[in-house]
This record gives sequence, structure tokens and C-alpha cells, in this order.
Amino acid sequence: PTLYSANWMQFITTTIMAVEYDGGVVIGADSRTTTGAYIANRVTDKLTPIHDRIFCCRSGSAADTQAIADVVTYQLGFHSIELDEAPLVQTAANLFKASCYRYREELMAGIIVAGWDKRRGGQVYTVPVGGMLVRQPVSVGGSGSTYIYGYMDSNYKPNMTKDQCLRLVSGALSLAMERDGSSGGVVRLAAISETGVDRQVILGNQLPKWSTA
Amino acid sequence: MSSIGTGYDLSASTFSPDGRVFQVEYAMKAVENSSTAIGIRCKDGVVFGVEKLVLSKLYEQGSNKRIFNVDRHVGMAVAGLLADARSLSEVAREEASNFRSNYGHNIPLKHLSERVAMYVHAYTLYSAVRPFGCSFILGSYDQDDGPQLYMVDPSGISYGYWGCAIGKAKQAAKTEIEKLQVRILLEPSLRQGKILLNCLICVCYCYQQMKDMTCRELVKEVAKIIYIVHDEVKDKSFELELSWVGEVTNGKHELVPKDVREEAEKYAKDSLEEEDDSDEDNM
Repeated sequence: PTLYSANWMQFITTTIMAVEYDGGVVIGADSRTTTGAYIANRVTDKLTPIHDRIFCCRSGSAADTQAIADVVTYQLGFHSIELDEAPLVQTAANLFKASCYRYREELMAGIIVAGWDKRRGGQVYTVPVGGMLVRQPVSVGGSGSTYIYGYMDSNYKPNMTKDQCLRLVSGALSLAMERDGSSGGVVRLAAISETGVDRQVILGNQLPKWSTA
Repeated sequence: MSSIGTGYDLSASTFSPDGRVFQVEYAMKAVENSSTAIGIRCKDGVVFGVEKLVLSKLYEQGSNKRIFNVDRHVGMAVAGLLADARSLSEVAREEASNFRSNYGHNIPLKHLSERVAMYVHAYTLYSAVRPFGCSFILGSYDQDDGPQLYMVDPSGISYGYWGCAIGKAKQAAKTEIEKLQVRILLEPSLRQGKILLNCLICVCYCYQQMKDMTCRELVKEVAKIIYIVHDEVKDKSFELELSWVGEVTNGKHELVPKDVREEAEKYAKDSLEEEDDSDEDNM
């Protein structure tokens, strides 16, 4: 996007992440939306449902990501009815990629697609700005993600349980929110598995504390 | 079932007073005039067999294929007007390719056959075009859905099958396919004369058996069925086209390799001689 519009756009520059575990995925995000230095929404929900067991985590321009998510929700819903079965996470991710890549010059959207399907279980796909698509067991995104790469690299281990993942995600997001000015508010979590979606909110005073100050 | 539809059969956009669309029925007759094609689904794949009648000794062997590759994991065997079939195979190929391009994975066979069937059906609605004069059988194998078999006919209907046959000897071929499993259990009991009781038991076993065969075993049986239904008197020579897709080919649809085909043909020819012999004994 061109420079002159940057000041007027609302951003969810954010911290978002998703982790695969055996039987599903855990996704998490902060809740801050900014217009410049003003926090337009301090309780944003950046975890958007695309289908029954597929969610996306949105970062970048609030308008762009909402518009893309709406388009993909429609396309995936149609596809699912045509096929008469639940859609694959891979399909949802490919639909995001198709939009993000085709309109890459006009958009600013960093999206993480995560969910559960019966073919391949829990999956996380990341679609950063530019429209690349790759599957990863763990993915972090948004401006706050840069502060937690080290934490992820040292603390993520394959084959963790759902509770370990929830602790990992809430811990990582708290760290990022502590350091990144564009991230903050509450931590929103969701655990997606065969049985359904389990959403939680961790309020400011309940966040894990990393400093004694 | 043949009747003259004088006056009501000039275009596909006309119903007859008894509710039939004659153009579509005539299209199906075109399929019945063509030589037989069969497809059977087994435990770990799908096998196609086509009786390709050789009309001229000048034809190069292997030309005028009746089995097409629609996608890596999908094959199509046809009967009817070959030119119509070729054009539909292109349609199927585009559908499969577009699906992968839009959604990022292989097209499920049920969906592909519904899309192509919808296309075929569209040509049965207007007077400006004629219906396609061909039926075809689609087969595929993939890790998640396993083996799948669907048949589409000129009216634009698509059904899933365990085994199906199209073309002039389709009735005889269907009987042979059904016999495939029942025969294995019936033969011992026939000698004891307890046919009826065992028939009932066999029907339950029938589908069980087909599901247990592997592609390698099935290829021989398919070749045998084609040899059985081939009419030596009316049609002279024929070439047997065999293809398969399954675990044995790692999910890739391809024509059966030369050695497997020769083994299958040998089995077919030997069984035919055996049956001739056993008929003589009963006399």
C-alpha cells in the first residue's frame, strides 16, 4: 500500500500465533487495533472463524484482512456444500493464498490459517504478506512476533499436549505484548479439535508475569 | 424397449406424450452399438478393461485408445462415439485441473463425475445441440478415499459403482461381474445340488469377495470377462486395452504393463478353453 494512506488506515499489527498438537491446533492473538498511536479497539477479536473447524488469525490492515476473510468464508462454504463434506484446512489456506497473492500490490495482510480436518488432523498454514503459503507446526505473525522467535525456538517441542500448547501460546503472547507497542490488551485463545472449538480470554491481570516489577 | 418416436424425436427440447426425451434415448443406443468397456473396483484399486474392435488390419497397434488419463489419479474408459468421448475427456481434464488450481488438492472423484455429468446433461436441454453419444466410466484411487468408480451416461446421470459395464455386451458383462465372486463359493455346492440355499448365502458374500481382491488378481478376471463377452461370430478381431490405478501403481492411473497384460490374456484364453471342455463333459 502507498505511504500516504498509512496514517489513516486502521491496523491490527499485532501478535498472532498458532501451534499444532496431536488432535488439533491452539491459536492465539492479542486484542489491540491502532490508528497511528491511538488504540481504536482494545478488545479486538482477531481469531476469525472461516468454517466449523477452521479459523484464521489476522494481522496487518484490519479492513484488508476482514475483506479477505469474508471472501474466503463464502468460497469455502460454497465448496463445502458442493462436495457435501467438511472442507480441508489446506483448501482454506489455498483460498487465502489465491486472494493474497493475486492482489498482493494492493493488500497488506499477514494471515495464519489453522484448524482441524479428518484427513490430516490439526494443521497450521501461514500466508504472510506477498501471498506465500507454507505449512508449519508452529507459526507466529504480526509486528510483535519478532520479539518471540527466540522464545518459540527454545520452548517449542514437537508432540506437546493441548495444555502445554495453551501455556506456550499465552506465555509467548504476553511476552510480545509486553515489548511491542502495537500489541496489547487481552490474550484470546482458541483450541480447535475434532470435538469442536474451545475459546478463552485471559485478561490483563491474569496474564503470565515475566518480570517482577 | 425400442419404439418409434415419430414427430417427438427431432430435438432434445421435446418431450413425447409418454414423458420420454427420444434424442437422449437414441444417444444411449449409440453407446449400445459400440464395443464393451468394463470397470471393477477392488480392495486396493480400480481396473478397466475395454474390448477394442479392430476394424482394419492397417491400424497401428495401440492407436485409437479408449482409455484416457484425466488426472494423475483418475482414469476414464469410454464406449460410444469416440469423438464425443475425446471431447468429454478434455472437459474432465479441465475440471480436475481447475479444481487443483483453486483448492490445492486432488479432485474427489464423486465431485468430478458430478461436474462432468452436469456438462453432459446441459447438452440434453436444447434443440440447437445434440446429446453426447457416449457413456464413460471414471475410476480413481487415493490414500484417503480409497478406490472409487463412477459411471456417466448420455442423459447426464452419474452413479457410483463397485463394478459396471457399458457397450454392446453390457448385460453379459454385468452378469459375469456379479458371477465373479458368487462362482467361487457356488462351484463346490453346485456339485452337491444345494444351489438355492447357497445362492442366498453367496449374495451376502458377493460384495465381500470383490472387496478382498487385489488389483493383480482382478486384472486377470477383467481380461477374462472381456474375452467371454466378445462375440467371435459377429466381430472378428479385437485388441484388449487394460488399465489400472491403485496401491500397485502408487495411485497413478496407467495402462497395465506389457507382462501383466500378457499374463492376464493368457489366463483369459486358458479359462475359456477350460469352460469349453467342461461343457463337453456335461453333454
